[in-house]
Amino acid sequence: MTILITQISIILIAQQQDASILSAITGPVLVMGSIGLLLGLGLAFAAKKFAVPKDPRVEAILDVLPSANCGGCGYPGCGAFAIAVVEGNTPVSGCTAASSTVNSQIAKIMGTVAEEKEKVIASILCNGGKSAVDAFNYNGPADCVSKSMVMGGQKVCTYGCLGSGDCIAVCPFDAMVMGDNGVPLIDSEKCVACGKCIEACPRNIIILWPASRKVVVACSSKDKGGFARKACSVACIGCRKCVKVCPVDAIVMDGFLAVINPDKCINCGLCASECPTGAIIDGIPVRPKAFIDSSCIGCTLCTRVCPTDAIEGSVKEKHTVIADKCIGCGQCVEKCPKNSIKMMGGVLSQQ
Amino acid sequence: MMNSMLMSIIFAVPEGGEPSFSIAKMMAIIVSAIFINNYVLSRFLGICPFLGVSKQLDSAVGMGAAVVFVMVLATLGSWLVYHKMLVPNGLEYLRTITFIIIIASLVQLVEMILQKFSPALYDALGIFLPLITTNCAILGVAVLNIDDKFSLGYSLINSVAAGIGFTLALVLMAGLRERMETANVPEALKGLPLAFLIAGAMSIAFLGFAGLGG
Repeated sequence: MTILITQISIILIAQQQDASILSAITGPVLVMGSIGLLLGLGLAFAAKKFAVPKDPRVEAILDVLPSANCGGCGYPGCGAFAIAVVEGNTPVSGCTAASSTVNSQIAKIMGTVAEEKEKVIASILCNGGKSAVDAFNYNGPADCVSKSMVMGGQKVCTYGCLGSGDCIAVCPFDAMVMGDNGVPLIDSEKCVACGKCIEACPRNIIILWPASRKVVVACSSKDKGGFARKACSVACIGCRKCVKVCPVDAIVMDGFLAVINPDKCINCGLCASECPTGAIIDGIPVRPKAFIDSSCIGCTLCTRVCPTDAIEGSVKEKHTVIADKCIGCGQCVEKCPKNSIKMMGGVLSQQ
Repeated sequence: MMNSMLMSIIFAVPEGGEPSFSIAKMMAIIVSAIFINNYVLSRFLGICPFLGVSKQLDSAVGMGAAVVFVMVLATLGSWLVYHKMLVPNGLEYLRTITFIIIIASLVQLVEMILQKFSPALYDALGIFLPLITTNCAILGVAVLNIDDKFSLGYSLINSVAAGIGFTLALVLMAGLRERMETANVPEALKGLPLAFLIAGAMSIAFLGFAGLGG
């Protein structure tokens, strides 16, 4: 900038006698300036004259929205969503990225009450990563789409995560990071279920899953047990052990793949402890232990329901829990007619 | 008296232009701008809205009307500014940038008026309305009027005719594309690829007018 000014001033000094250089600058500047001023004034006048009254609620909603323009609501951006809300085309809680406070603020602007909705988050149905065997050495572009186009990906398993993090790259909320085992991790606090990662994943293994359901079958392989096992050490091999152990019949088999129904699942974690390959992940890190207090009447209901035979005691006497065997599934708590059983300790991750 | 004064201003010929006004010349300009040198199909200006807004007949007609309006105003503004402000000051080299700001502000004006009086058309035109700003057909008309040394009257006639030519191409295209929606075409050709093929065929058809005049 300074160089430019010095150069101009040098030219001006050198040409002092010749005024034409000065007029060569002032002429165009004057002409262009006056044209611009004229047109600008005209437009300003027209803007006042033809002003279209806008709904102030649109602005108000825009102010409280997260303004990430993620498109999770199905509209092109926060502006389009705000207009849709005001026109009544979409529910006030339609923004997937908004917290419940924001939703209630939007509802307040619109004069209604936001309906509570269950928080869902993205969940990757694969935990293969380094446990999944490579079929060949891939040297192409380091993104999942390119990988998936070369002979169905570099892994033996044609279903699982390719590990280049296309989903991490598109996440507008920084809710994903690459895990140590080569599969992205999802931060359940940051994830707003906008669905960008689901679109980005060429394997279609990311789904929206209720955040309150902590037990997930982290595998998408529909291969037969033996084959799946050879391809990946943490694959679902279709052994049906989880189906048998599930106390609420929440697990069904889709070919050789166990699928949990989130509507039925009670987070007991029995399937995860039963799974021989570790394909089912228990998202509750430390489960609590059951504890029976003195109000126990010895009805033996709990001993019958306990899946691990962790409760002992004879009829009409106070029962006790064998701490080593208890897996903290909480089924006895529900069965106890006297509410004598409490769950103690453990880290119940909050939603 | 008043009338003849106005005529002398409107048809005052720039230096090097054709000497006088004649009906034959006017007709030649009109036929040339609509058919022979159609701005879209022969000069290939304004292809973006031609392909973008030609899906429905209604919005094609609306777009055409908006383009005619902007073209005439832009021609009026640019001709006056060029011949009354730039030429006397020897600033012809500022032509392009001046015309662009004139067109841009005119489009803004049309946008405001449309939003006020015809919100439905405003929504239908969508992004293509502000894109008239960068529509080369408009700038093309303004620049070619100067290059052809047209008087203001001829320039206005030329701009109306050019706008009609643009509308004609757009409406024909929209009619064809509306029919193609239901036609049984190969999957890969559906949508834009087919539109390009149609545009090419139409362009060849308009080549037939080339023998009409000079």
